[in-house]
Amino acid sequence: MPSASSIAIIDYDAGNLASVRRACAEVGVAAHITRDPDSLAGADRVIFPGVGAAGPAMASIRTSGMEEALKAFLASGRPLLGICLGMQISLDHSEEQGTDTLGLIAGRVQRFRFEDPSLKVPHMGWNRIHPQRAHPLLDEVEADDYFYFVHGYYPAPAHAEDVYAVARYEHDFACALGRDNYFGTQFHPEKSGRVGLRLLAAFARWDGTC
Amino acid sequence: MLSKRLIACLDVRDGKLAKSVKFVDTRDIGDPVSKAREYYLDGLDELVFYDITASSDRRNIMLDVVEAVAEQVFIPLSVGGGVRSVSDATDLRHAGAEKINVNSAAVARPALISECAEAIGDQNVVLSMDIAQTADREQFPSGYRIVINGGRKPMPLDALEWALEGERLGAGELVVNSIDADGTRDGYELTLTRMISEAVRIPVIASGGAGVPQHLIDVLTDGKADAALVASMVHFGDYQVSGLKRSLADAGIPMRMSW
Repeated sequence: MPSASSIAIIDYDAGNLASVRRACAEVGVAAHITRDPDSLAGADRVIFPGVGAAGPAMASIRTSGMEEALKAFLASGRPLLGICLGMQISLDHSEEQGTDTLGLIAGRVQRFRFEDPSLKVPHMGWNRIHPQRAHPLLDEVEADDYFYFVHGYYPAPAHAEDVYAVARYEHDFACALGRDNYFGTQFHPEKSGRVGLRLLAAFARWDGTC
Repeated sequence: MLSKRLIACLDVRDGKLAKSVKFVDTRDIGDPVSKAREYYLDGLDELVFYDITASSDRRNIMLDVVEAVAEQVFIPLSVGGGVRSVSDATDLRHAGAEKINVNSAAVARPALISECAEAIGDQNVVLSMDIAQTADREQFPSGYRIVINGGRKPMPLDALEWALEGERLGAGELVVNSIDADGTRDGYELTLTRMISEAVRIPVIASGGAGVPQHLIDVLTDGKADAALVASMVHFGDYQVSGLKRSLADAGIPMRMSW
């Protein structure tokens, strides 16, 4: 039910939706899960979550009409948050299954390849994030805060100004990126304890401007 | 820098918390939901629930527990015990589990790993291995063999070979549980943990035998583990989660110390 601050969580068979909804509930924000592209028109904010693989995710988004709905939602200026795979498919292309993705942010998603053979893939666990520029969603992040990551691919935006924070795993990679009313995280705020809950609360307050 | 993880394992039987010692004589030690919440607030990095219920309605009991925990705990939640099919895995995911642990059923039918990886993503499939040392190097070149059914049934399967096969089939992470060390509080099986961690490219969780903080330090350094799993150390109040993490951080191990 759309309330004063209604958040639509997009269901595109990528799992992990209930975790995001529960985390929103924990910070006092009503959120509902939807697979109906038409329902985005009535939402104040959208969260595009996801774990899984780029290929099937894009196929689902394209065939369901969700791609057009998302682009229309963004064009309206309302805030959109992408999480993990939901963020990765905002770039132009993903090496995962050689998938062309939404192209909201210029750049590509690449597989981790390391010099150091002892580094494990996926990058799984808690890591620090290092903000590169101010953003309302990162206002309350402190230097010692850790976020939970689990991913084998990472985003490489073409323009430095789209990168809001980096994390380090052999090399630095973009872990928070955005443009205008779009923001995306490689980490999972819904699984990052109270630090992550604070970021979700900030998203629920964000008006979409930087 | 990626931190090492402290993981607490809660064995659940009939919806209640139990802790096994050498896999026999489990005893109840409390309510899993409140324990999970307590650990979460004290800085735990990840939770594992292991269902050791024997009854036939086990699935529904466990789904209720997982759902109740997921309402209150906002760190990764991993669930295992009796996962035999993709539908078991997806039901637990919908209840709120992040990761699914497969164990005996995957030994019986290895395709379970790839089927789950396909359905819920590689990174969410944890291959949990119960492992015993063996002197029979001819049949078990690594010196370790797989044991299934809660430590009761030794299998003609080399532990290292199974770890590599699990990785190949799409497991995103391995739990290396030493049957010999489990419940002893004498320390993790360092040789075994290191051997497997060095052989695979996916993260390894060390399990079985933790008694004092130094054991965790040893397995996260010498043992090359990515995460250390504890149970009785924290369940019986001997150690606090935050205190344990402080001991590890003081020893120079990268830990998440702010939450």
